[in-house]
This record gives sequence, C-alpha cells and structure tokens, in this order.
Amino acid sequence: MNMDKLILCSPRLLAESLSGKRLLEEEISLPEKCFHVLLSTKQLIPIPAIENQKGSVKCIRCGNTSKYYFSEYPCGICQQKHLYCRNCIQMGRISECKPLYIWNGAEVHWPKHSNPLTWEGKLTPAQSNAAAQLEKAVIEKLPACLCWAVCGAGKSEMLFPAITAALKQGKRIALASPRVDVIRELFPRLEQAFQDVTIEALYGGSEHKAGKSQLILATTHQLMRYYQAFDVLIIDEVDAFPFYLDKSLMYAAKQAAKKQSTTLYLTATPRKNFRLQMKLGKLPHVFVPLRYHGHLLPVPKLKLAFHLTSQLANKKLPNAFQKWLMNRQNPQRQLLIFGPKISMIKELKEVITLLLLQTGAISASEELQAVYAADKDREAKIKQFRNRELHALITTTILERGVTFPSVDVAVLAAGHEVFNEAALVQIAGRAGRSADDPSGEVIFFHDGKTDAIEKARQMILDMNERGKKL
Amino acid sequence: MNFCVYCHERIEQPLTWSTWLTVKKNNVLCISCTGKLEMISGKRCKVCSRAWSSSICLDCQQWRELGDNIERNYSIFHYNETICEMITQWKFRGDYLLREMFRNELKSAFEKQFANNAASLTVIPIPLSESRMQERGFNQSLALAEMLDAPIKQVLRRKSGEKQAKKNRKARLKRDNPFSITEPLKQAALIVDDIYTTGTTVRQAAQQLKFHGCPEVYSLTIARS
Repeated sequence: MNMDKLILCSPRLLAESLSGKRLLEEEISLPEKCFHVLLSTKQLIPIPAIENQKGSVKCIRCGNTSKYYFSEYPCGICQQKHLYCRNCIQMGRISECKPLYIWNGAEVHWPKHSNPLTWEGKLTPAQSNAAAQLEKAVIEKLPACLCWAVCGAGKSEMLFPAITAALKQGKRIALASPRVDVIRELFPRLEQAFQDVTIEALYGGSEHKAGKSQLILATTHQLMRYYQAFDVLIIDEVDAFPFYLDKSLMYAAKQAAKKQSTTLYLTATPRKNFRLQMKLGKLPHVFVPLRYHGHLLPVPKLKLAFHLTSQLANKKLPNAFQKWLMNRQNPQRQLLIFGPKISMIKELKEVITLLLLQTGAISASEELQAVYAADKDREAKIKQFRNRELHALITTTILERGVTFPSVDVAVLAAGHEVFNEAALVQIAGRAGRSADDPSGEVIFFHDGKTDAIEKARQMILDMNERGKKL
Repeated sequence: MNFCVYCHERIEQPLTWSTWLTVKKNNVLCISCTGKLEMISGKRCKVCSRAWSSSICLDCQQWRELGDNIERNYSIFHYNETICEMITQWKFRGDYLLREMFRNELKSAFEKQFANNAASLTVIPIPLSESRMQERGFNQSLALAEMLDAPIKQVLRRKSGEKQAKKNRKARLKRDNPFSITEPLKQAALIVDDIYTTGTTVRQAAQQLKFHGCPEVYSLTIARS
C-alpha cells in the first residue's frame, strides 16, 4: 500500500511501520511534507550515523569499527570529505553526511493473542524439556538462554512454546539468522504454526519489505534496520559465520532488542565464549543431545589420503574417495559432497560425474550439479536435490547448515582446509541421517593430515552421543 | 596484505624478480574479478569503439549523415554483467572507492589514445542533476575525470530530469538537450563518463560545447554497451 494513503488513514499504521526502526531518510518512504512534520514534532529524531571520536570510527548501523571497511568520498553537496561505511553499503550508504532516524512517536501496542499456536504436532521428551526452559526464560524475562541442540533435534518446534508465551503477553518477537536459507525454510513453518499472527520474512530480495509485523524473521543485515524493537529475540545458528560477521550479528542483535528483553540463542556448535559462560554459570542453557527421531548422530569416519591436495589440484580424485564411492553401504542414498573452494568444486564436477556414471550411481550427467553461494540457480538446484531429481550435489560450505535432506551420505574433500572449522564440520556431519526412515547415513572426511578442527568436531559429536545415550 | 576492493578476497601477488625489483602498479582487483572484465580488443568502430568489423558502424554512419558533433569515443571495456554490477555498486550504491577499479586502465587509455593532443585537451565531466546529486553525494563522471593528469573544467550544467537508464533509445534521442553551458570553452574537450550506450548523452553535451565555440569534442568512457 502506498505510504501516502497509509498515513491519511491511520497514524497507528505509521507508528507500526516506523517504531523500532533506525533508518536513513531514503528508507522512509513518506512524502516530504509528512517527513518534515514528523521531524519538527520530534516524532522522528535524527542521530549521527557514524561516530567519529578521537580517531576511532564506528558505523552506528552495523557496528563496524574496522578501518578497512571505511572509506571517504568528496561530498558534492557540502563540499567536504565524508567517511562512509563499506561494510553495510548494500543496505544504502551510511555516511557522515546523512543521519539515521529513530521513531519517538506513539508506542505500538501489539495484540495479546489468547491462543496463537495452531500447530498440532507433539514434542519428544528431549524437545519438550528444552522448550519448557526457553518458555520459562521468556516468562521470567531472563536476559538470555542458550539451547545447545544437535543438528536435526527439531529446533524450530522447540521454539513454539516460547513464541506462544511471548505472543500471549503482546510482545514483539524477531527470529534472526545469518543464513538466508534458514529464514526461507523457517518462514512457511512458522506461518503454519501461528496462522492468525502477522509474520514477515525479511531478506535481500524478499517479498516482504515493510517489516511492521509482530513476528519478524530476518537475516543479520535486515536486523540492522531495527533499534530497540523486540521483547524477544531468537538467534538461530549463532555461530554460522566467520568471526567478523558474527560480530556484526551480535551488534545488530543487541541494537534490535529492547533494553529489557530476552535473547534466546540456538546452536549446534556454540563458540568458545558461550561455552565458557555456560561453564561459569553465567548463561542459562539447556542441552538437546538427541535428534527428534531419537537416534544418535552419525560419527564421521576419517580417511587419510596422502596426496589429496595435489591430486585435487590436478583434477584427480583420491583412490580412497573412489573406493568409498563404489562401496557405499546404501547406494540409494543421495550424495552430498563438500569442497573448500568454488573453483575446486567446478573443476571436480566433471571427474566426479564421470566416476558416478561409470559406477552406475547416476544414469545421466545432469543428475549431478555443483552449487555455491553466487550461483544464480542456487535455490532451484537445492530444490531439485530435495525433490530427488538430482542424485548428487557438490557444494561449498553454503549448504553446511539449515537445510534438510532426508537421506544423504556426506563426504568432505580436503576436510583439513581452513574453511572447514570445527563448527562447520559438525554441521556438515549433521546433514546425514536426518529422517526417521533412514537415521544413519555415512559421513566421511577425506584429509591429508588431521587438523585440530577435524579432531574437535569428531569429539564434539562423540560427546553429544554420550549425553544422548544417557537419556 | 592486499584485498580486492570489489569482492574483498585476498589478492595474491606472486613474488618474482620483476615484482620484487620494480615498482609495480598497485592491483586493486583480484585475479578473479579482473578476469571477468572484458577489454574491447580487435576491430572496432573508429568513431564509437563498438566491436565492429568495418571501419564505421551503422549507427555512427547515421550520426555522420545528421552531422555528428563528436570526433571519437574511446571505450575500454565491453559492457557485460560484471561491469554492470561493478558500476551499480560504485555509482548507485555510492561506494566511491570503487573508482579505483578503473584508474590504471583509464589512465593508460588516456595516454595511449589521446597522446597526440593530450596536452591541449580539457577534461569535461558530465554533470549530475541536483536531485541525483542529493541521492548519490558525488558525480561519477567527475570522479573519473579527477583520476587523469589533465585540467578539468566543469562548464556544463544539467537541468533536472528523469533517469537515463530507464529510457529506451528512441525516447533518449528525441528528448531535448538537458545540458547548458556556464562558460564557453575554446580548447578541444574530452568528455569522461562511465557508460556509452547510444552516445546521445555525449553528443548532447558536445552539441552545447561546440555551439559555444569548442573546436573538437572527444570522449573517453569505461564501458561500451
């Protein structure tokens, strides 16, 4: 709906679309007159977008303080040089020249839903234990609670009681994840579970844009447009990215949450600082060591291949890999092959296709595809794989988490490469054995020398299985 | 350590005798990004730089018949998906630093292609309308012009109007000239801009310049679509 009309019909709608936001003027699509009225009546307040004090610079929107991500431009309007932030420039340039605006008008009262949950499924005992803890955190207004659940534990369902509790109290809720795929997969499920609640999913290129619902799903970047907006903030896959991106997620989360709020963290692979806080008893937490179907996690097999790096560089497949491919326990399973670099994946596609054709695992070369972050057909290929139209998929770490395929075997080529850190390997291993019909799945790491990450990942899986057995 | 200004990947520079002993031009793009740019090479239209097998392309023949007002346009790259994204990121998203992607090529094109009259050329940027300037904060054409070792004169002014990119060829050609002159220029002019599409913008600017006494107008553009 056009914003012009929107304001004419209701100041409440205006408050809904602007409250809890921190935006550039160009993101506030109001007629100029209205904008100036809101400014002069102090319903919108300008704040500097870049903090520049004593040589330390900070972007107020994304929290970037790294000099590398700042640059300067000569402003043609005020004839001065301005710093601007390159870190979050995709969302509109933050510079010294233009302020951000925060809402200071009427507060929005979100509806109190008496019985919002329309989901009729049942939680397993392990799930309901965790769900109760998260619900308690919301009801008792704890500042934070972490749920350490193995891959495939059914995390989204465990959130339903906590979200329900928040909706009953008329709270505003956001669920954020660094991964677009996670948001895309969660949205329809939440929509199903809370049919009478307005929900929006925000990501680059998403259908929803307004972000004025009570329940918001957002990627890290989209979360940056919010300021003191949410009573309950759920962060899924806290540790899904390299550290510096993690930092901006944490910054965005802190900014988007109200001062008095509850943050729920969901993760399968908590980082060191979280593990430390848990050990020190500073962070309330709950474990879910068993998958929803009650089976243990597949433990990765480690396979040494001496000349792995040089062989892969020469587009040759290590013998160990070939042997494994030909002797899989269940050749019916789909195959998910991870590689460290896009270039390597593209190069290996051909040889792996040939090998699979030879062994009869696939009957046409189209049954194997390669997919990576910048791939235009990424969504389509993932969908094809999920529909079993593809037998095998070669991928980078983009598919390491958040996406679920029922029955796959997982191989990692060059598991010793630096992109495969501990968390990534645990997540990758977690792609196998997701369905109750086929809960085992093979996981195999090919390496030419065990790294710390490989050892620790395997250990983390074994530890979780130990805990699981006790249940 | 160097990082690619466009994709932020690390730039790996092999250490060889030549890189160690000579002062090398600083690469700002990584190999992968550089590889996605296509330089215009081989035969091209001598007027507009379009890849063309004979000497003047059909468009330019038409312009000639109507009485063309530019001597020549030189473009460096083919307009492909990558350069389109790069220019978008630079000018529409406003990442000013990205002009560095074009610095080396722009300078060397200027030195090689306009060597005969480099000393007498005055560089003329295409101006932005005021509303565009409010949006972007900088003029991309001026940003390019400033990277050349040549005097710049901002003698053109633009009446405010709609965005070029949204218009088709016919609408562009028919439109009234959006430029006016603030001060006549009596030397040869080199217009610098990012993209040459139909050549209308350059020719409209040239028309004004020539009308007020400029003897010759050339143009240098980053990409030829």
